[in-house]
Amino acid sequence: MEIAIPPAPKTFGAPNDPRSVARAMAPPSRFGDKAFEWLTLAMALAVLLLIILTGWQLWRGSSLAIQKFGFHFLTTSTWDPVAEQFGALPFIYGTLVSSLIALFIAVPLSIATAVYLTELAPLWLRQPIVSLIEMLAAIPSVILGLWGIFVMIPWLRDYPFPLLKRLFGWTPFFSGPIYGTSMLAGGIIIAIMILPIITSVSREILRSVPDLQREAAYALGATRWEVTRVAVLSYAKKGLFGSVILGLGRALGETMAVTMVIGNTPQIAASLFKPGYTLASVIANEFTEATTDLYLEALFEIGLVLFGVTILVNLIAQLLLKTMTTTTSATRAVQ
Amino acid sequence: MTMKLSRADNHRWRKVKNALASVTTFVSAALVIAPLGLVFFHLLVNGASSVNWDFFTHLPKPVGEPGGGMVNAIIGSLELLALASVIGIPIGVLGGVYLAEYGTARVNWVLRFVADVLNGVPSITWGVVVYGLVVLRFKGFSAYAGGLALGLIMIPLILRTTEEVILLVPNGYREAALALGVARWKTIVHIVMKTASRGIITGILLALARIGGETAPLLFTAFGNRFWNHNLGEPIAALPLQIFTYAISPYDDWHRQAWAGALVLVTGIFCVNVMVRILTRGRTASVV
Amino acid sequence: MVNLLMANPDPTVVERAEKPTEPLSTAETAPRLTFEVKNLSLWYGEKRAISDVTLDIASNAVTAIIGPSGCGKSTFIRCLNRMHELVPKTRIKGSVLLQGEDLYSSAVDPAIVRRRVGMVFQKSNPFPTMSIGENVVIGLRLNGVRNQKFLNERLETSLRMAALWDEVKDDLHKPGTSLSGGQQQRLCIARALAVQPEVLLMDEPCSALDPIATAKIEELIYELKTQYTIVTVTHNMQQAGRISDYTAFFYLGKLIEFGPTTKIFTNPSERQTEDYITGRFG
Repeated sequence: MEIAIPPAPKTFGAPNDPRSVARAMAPPSRFGDKAFEWLTLAMALAVLLLIILTGWQLWRGSSLAIQKFGFHFLTTSTWDPVAEQFGALPFIYGTLVSSLIALFIAVPLSIATAVYLTELAPLWLRQPIVSLIEMLAAIPSVILGLWGIFVMIPWLRDYPFPLLKRLFGWTPFFSGPIYGTSMLAGGIIIAIMILPIITSVSREILRSVPDLQREAAYALGATRWEVTRVAVLSYAKKGLFGSVILGLGRALGETMAVTMVIGNTPQIAASLFKPGYTLASVIANEFTEATTDLYLEALFEIGLVLFGVTILVNLIAQLLLKTMTTTTSATRAVQ
Repeated sequence: MTMKLSRADNHRWRKVKNALASVTTFVSAALVIAPLGLVFFHLLVNGASSVNWDFFTHLPKPVGEPGGGMVNAIIGSLELLALASVIGIPIGVLGGVYLAEYGTARVNWVLRFVADVLNGVPSITWGVVVYGLVVLRFKGFSAYAGGLALGLIMIPLILRTTEEVILLVPNGYREAALALGVARWKTIVHIVMKTASRGIITGILLALARIGGETAPLLFTAFGNRFWNHNLGEPIAALPLQIFTYAISPYDDWHRQAWAGALVLVTGIFCVNVMVRILTRGRTASVV
Repeated sequence: MVNLLMANPDPTVVERAEKPTEPLSTAETAPRLTFEVKNLSLWYGEKRAISDVTLDIASNAVTAIIGPSGCGKSTFIRCLNRMHELVPKTRIKGSVLLQGEDLYSSAVDPAIVRRRVGMVFQKSNPFPTMSIGENVVIGLRLNGVRNQKFLNERLETSLRMAALWDEVKDDLHKPGTSLSGGQQQRLCIARALAVQPEVLLMDEPCSALDPIATAKIEELIYELKTQYTIVTVTHNMQQAGRISDYTAFFYLGKLIEFGPTTKIFTNPSERQTEDYITGRFG
């Protein structure tokens, strides 16, 4: 090799550094590093800005209404735009009831499916089912609502609802006339929307249970189901509860599909066949119709309530989840 | 009087329970997937025949008149996605870079937590916020407002996916580049982000698919438009919005078109998801 | 900071075959020193990783750093190009002089240090998104060199120096990861050499390679030492005996003994050195 040895340069980066390459390279600047760090920091702080901005905007937009109604806003059940009397209770009720119905239907199904996918299903079947569930998650709310109006509601009205009425009509929950659009329909459609998220997060939770737990149970001669019940499910309890709360958070905020099937009537009724109204739905339906300032502010306040509630629920869910799995897997499942 | 089960009986009962559990959970899985099949079936049955040339080339007809199409809604959606990307992609990606490469454990934990919580906020909230920020101030619905609302949804979404993939880049590459005397920021941009580029793009595509189907934030920002939008400061049509408006209307012809629109929208979203699947094929946890 | 600013020269002027202004050191005269390390100590947080190391690295020679796992070898060579600063909460005390200049003075930019003191790692890591050719010149490119002719010349030179040119000259566009393990490591050596450092630090470069690839790299090290100063960490004592001129034995963060390789391996002064060499612990 004919490369000659360069003599040692006298000082660091000296201009007379005879090494050809050193002279060809540009001097490094420390400015670039600092600038880039500040830039990316500013972008990352955007999330803080976002949450503060949202809270502030909602608060500011509802200040009149808060002044006028105070805490009674949350406990009054009159929603009368004409008389300018606004109470959020029917919507709080509707949101809670429809979400609870959804959880009641979705949680057992989701967790059972997650168990199937992680513990009991044959290996070749797992990925296809997971992909199908991801596809279900990708369906936009408005399309499910469309299907809800024209397919689900007529079917519910003709078959399951009359059956339920026949079986349980003696209870207040299934009494009264059947319209189709109802609190129950709202709950069912929310259930369909939250099935994927509870399933995938539960699946991540179950997958993160160390194999050691399972092996220990197998070594004692347990059957597959017993291993699942004893070693996996009890270990994963907290995480599974977190996934349920996450599903609840999602259910509380469901807007389009619910609006299209729940009937949009602000009333508090025991019968699940009666139409209802949720916090998100009333905003969706009436925001552009709000004729007076107070009306608009009342809707802003509903938005504030919804924001506050979902933040709280999501906070609890994230705390529960973070103690069980690594951050990456749980949040990847969320998306 | 308790009867002691013989060992054989007990074992058989446990096997039965085992089988029952398998069957029950399988049925649950089938029930979870069922709505997917049903929705698709009805989309095809009700919508396929209406997805025709007219649909893609004509504007909506006046109220009550049959016929027409949704071309302005399709283009409008694309425009809104572009506007949203202008905000969502730079902030999300660069923010994700910060969380992965810089910062302290405590600060980053807080920012991550806030991002995760934001990801669970109902999308209609963003519509309300942007209404207050933009629509009221500039006294009108606009494509800008709609794009902003969608962009705000994108930020925490892309931030987390970007952060995840950058964390997956093995440290050896960073060390090798720094050992060559390359500046830190150049290492991050030209080596780390380049290595993670597939994952970053995947995250962006998934975010776009997600907000492409969003309706609620657009209800009182973009608002919808029966005609072409010629100025981004004016209301603009969007496909999910149009579907919603038509679906809740009393006109049968509009219902037919709503199904067609829904089929087109779902197909678009699924194409993006398939693209993502192709991009990530065979690369489960690594970015290499 | 004046000495950090270099006038941006015309990179088309490529200095070739420069005559050295100082005579090469011969075996009879005292060896020129590349590094002078005095009382170097390093802490990771509260834990002291290196204690009071004083050591001189001779120019145009191979110095091997040996010792059992966890003795501070890798940490030590990372102090020679300031790579330890990538780990948060490290603290250093003592001095390291490179060709008589203080490596750790506040006027010095670590990036320039790393251009002069190159490094090859235990696990070969060619950048996965780049071809072989791109890998070699990436250090130059990212440090501002644009002239394509210059880059091509450095590309061929570096690959020749790494004894890889003949094997890959027709495949420069192929991905860096398409090479075998040994070839990848030589690619990493070429990449490090492309920025024309004065020193090449090697952190167990052969530990992940098979014997044939290892032999090739050892041969390469032997040839490179005429042009560069080489410091290599190795857990393989036989390798140290084969290729190095000087050997330093570290144990639990302290430098136990340092001297010409022949002396260390045949007649060590310290009892601990002898115990390690003869395999009584390790």
